[in-house]
Amino acid sequence: MRTDTQAPAAESPASAGPVRTRRKLPRPAPAALYLLGLLAAAALSALTGFSIALTAIYGVVLGTLAVYVAARLVEGRRKATDRLVTCLVWTAFALAMLPLVSLIYTVLDNGLARLDAEFFNSSMLGVVGEGGGAYHAILGTLVITGLTALISVPIGLLTAIYLVEYGTGRLKKAITFLVDVMTGIPSIVVGLFAFALFALFFGPGIRLGIMGAVALSVLMIPVVVRSAEEVLKLVPNELREASYALGVPKWRTILKVVIPTSIGGLATGTTLAIARVVGETAPLLVTTGFVNGTNLDPFSGRMTTLPVFSFYQLTQPGFPPEFGIERAWSAALVLIVLVMALNVLARLISRFFAPTTSR
Amino acid sequence: MTLTSAPPAQPRPKRRPGDRIFAGTATSAGILILLVLAGVAVFLVTEAWPALTAPAADLPDGKSLGSYVAPLVFGTLLAAVIALIVATPLAVAIALFITYYAPRRLAAGLGYVVDLLAAIPSVVYGFWGIAALAPSLVPFYGWAERNLGFIPLFAGPASTTGKTMLTAGLVLAVMILPIISAISREVFSQAPALHREAALALGATRWEMIKMAVLPYGKSGIIGGAMLGLGRALGETLAVALVLSASGGITFNLISSSNPSTIAANIALQFPESSGLTVNVLIASGLALFLITLAVNMLARWVVTRRADFSGAN
Amino acid sequence: MAKRIDVSDLDIYYGNFKAVEGVNLSIEPRSITALIGPSGCGKSTFLRSLNRMHEVIPGARVEGKVVIDGQDLYGSDVDPVDVRRQIGMVFQRPNPFPTMSIYDNVVAGVRLNSTKMKRAALDDLVERSLRGANLWTEVKDRLDRPGAGLSGGQQQRLCIARAIAVEPAVLLMDEPCSALDPISTLAIEDLMTELKERFTIVIVTHNMQQAARVSESTGFFNLAGVGQPGRLVEFNPTEKIFSNPDQKATEDYISGRFG
Repeated sequence: MRTDTQAPAAESPASAGPVRTRRKLPRPAPAALYLLGLLAAAALSALTGFSIALTAIYGVVLGTLAVYVAARLVEGRRKATDRLVTCLVWTAFALAMLPLVSLIYTVLDNGLARLDAEFFNSSMLGVVGEGGGAYHAILGTLVITGLTALISVPIGLLTAIYLVEYGTGRLKKAITFLVDVMTGIPSIVVGLFAFALFALFFGPGIRLGIMGAVALSVLMIPVVVRSAEEVLKLVPNELREASYALGVPKWRTILKVVIPTSIGGLATGTTLAIARVVGETAPLLVTTGFVNGTNLDPFSGRMTTLPVFSFYQLTQPGFPPEFGIERAWSAALVLIVLVMALNVLARLISRFFAPTTSR
Repeated sequence: MTLTSAPPAQPRPKRRPGDRIFAGTATSAGILILLVLAGVAVFLVTEAWPALTAPAADLPDGKSLGSYVAPLVFGTLLAAVIALIVATPLAVAIALFITYYAPRRLAAGLGYVVDLLAAIPSVVYGFWGIAALAPSLVPFYGWAERNLGFIPLFAGPASTTGKTMLTAGLVLAVMILPIISAISREVFSQAPALHREAALALGATRWEMIKMAVLPYGKSGIIGGAMLGLGRALGETLAVALVLSASGGITFNLISSSNPSTIAANIALQFPESSGLTVNVLIASGLALFLITLAVNMLARWVVTRRADFSGAN
Repeated sequence: MAKRIDVSDLDIYYGNFKAVEGVNLSIEPRSITALIGPSGCGKSTFLRSLNRMHEVIPGARVEGKVVIDGQDLYGSDVDPVDVRRQIGMVFQRPNPFPTMSIYDNVVAGVRLNSTKMKRAALDDLVERSLRGANLWTEVKDRLDRPGAGLSGGQQQRLCIARAIAVEPAVLLMDEPCSALDPISTLAIEDLMTELKERFTIVIVTHNMQQAARVSESTGFFNLAGVGQPGRLVEFNPTEKIFSNPDQKATEDYISGRFG
């Protein structure tokens, strides 16, 4: 790193102490300069007919340039580089927030129109054009997600317990590795797997709710294992030893000491895993199929879930198309709210249990 | 831990039935995972087999399996690579922002907001892509065709709907952003405080401190995160199915309305209407996707664990 | 119910690494035996091998004999879980179960082993154990509060109460005072002197004054050299160890020349 050769010139005359003080931009200056750049950009884009996108692009460039040049003149090269990077990093973050904001706005804008009582209490059975709802899809989502959790949670938790408490040697390494690999399998491939599995026994036309649950389980199990493993590892070994030293067998120690200590984290992880699969669409397209009526039996006949419903309402809205498209957006909105609610719930659980799990 | 590899001198300690049952159940759950993964491979191969062995004439469009799958593989890779190029620098900057630049009190909350991006279902991203992103990119595509048309990537003719390969790549970039930034954030925050403070004590500015003590430490974490993001982008289905107007063929033209599809999107769109050998062909393409993502993910894990080995040695 | 422990030719391993070699000693019932020595010499490892806690660590094993009242603890038909019910342990850092109240912590050993007991009997056990650990008067009004809310010294006495509630024959203490302030340490030392009427106590300590104050016999552990296993250098009545030890190494250690 080159030392700043401009330092003596930048020295402030006011300082008499042993520490050299340098000329510095006043604290609000960078923000003010940046704002100035933005204003200039607005003016510039107004010349060619005002546009928000152009303003933003010009603004970021001009604002950053203004801050950099000012810092370069007053504070020297090193500090200017630092300020430049700060500008870039803030811009990057703002840029990343853009899609989130735009996405939420778009979904609200389009989805609120049909978010009425009918949407929640009627299915699409016999509906052509206006009306209809996602009652059957919401119930389908609940049934399939519930079934998925029922399969995945026990298997995932037990696997995590195996990995943390019992696993040794090659088997443990192999399972850890394969859980990692499983997290990366594309969801559509998992759907094909479930299809292939059932098609082998029931023929290629088969579409069942349980097939979807099996596919989603393959996606959910590794998520549960990963999070549960992390949480179980956080339980201090001293507690296990305290229990062993009381003459408690290992399995009771796990059930009565390890799991109660980590229950908050386990619940949080499981909720997040559910949130992850509840919005899955691709594997369900090839396994559960699509139907207009309500079917609550995952072991017979096709089932519709919310994301699949939403997808088909958008791509095959029927005639006239606007009603289907409206239903699609409302379904997307409900789906987002559902996923967000699960995320918030997970946060609440972890906060609620925090005092007991902290050491 | 009871002994499993006891030397002959010591007899294997007795286990109580409760322990045996519990350990047995936990172990079988673990083994079940091995079986499931093996099952995925076996069943995919079984169902893909008819397509792999059938003569070209019986296949859809009378083309060979290779020439059916090749454009799809190309499209898959192209979309994923665009996403990766766009998302990685942004994700690293966001990770730096949250770990070292954001006001302390806001940092955790902002991290949570970025994580929200990961929670949004992919079908909703697809909706957003066609309704908001694609139309807003149309003017840019027109501008790019006029001014950058000499670059093959922007040869045009520019799409009037915005449903192009570049749009698909950008949607994917938004989707993998939180994955890469989450992993980068983790390694950045783990950069040893000792090194960071040493840099600051030498009079480094914040950026110099990051360059000296954080980025070198987090490098393989970034690479690993990017690879995981790539894996996700390769397998992403619905967002691409919705925003990409696909017509087959291999082209590097990113802004026209005739694009190669991706494997995953093609399956999602074709599968519900398919029967007979077409189903087998689609599963064969799924098998190809499975192998590609498997390779990418293994590579990613390898990079990430190599870092863990390093830091363990320090 | 205090019992006598005889250790003969005990070698203790971590995987292929021999941590402790050739220990022979006899621990008298109703006495306090202190184990002293420099860090890393295998005192704690030895202590943990007395109730088979050593083998909780993967790859750890033991060769030789530990006999308690004529029964070999490492016999092929002996369940380590039963051993630990007979030989209780108190750890270096207080480790009450964070999810349990003070009351539940005391009865944890009984409850976790699912022994069915009447509420009145449990109440009685809690009071007896907490009185035995000199903690009853301090916590009797807040038995339903979490055990983690107590001070360090109180937590450690809670752990002692928890250990004696299962009525073991032997109580092992692994540096029980090293995380505590002097006042709490004194409280625990007083408690040990009371407890030795009912239990055989073995304590590992870094504090030589503590060993001199509380114990009847003292064992001195030392390393033969870097990378070598730890050995029991000398085992004698405490008075003799601190006034006129048999071994030069013991004297050097006690007079503060190393360690």
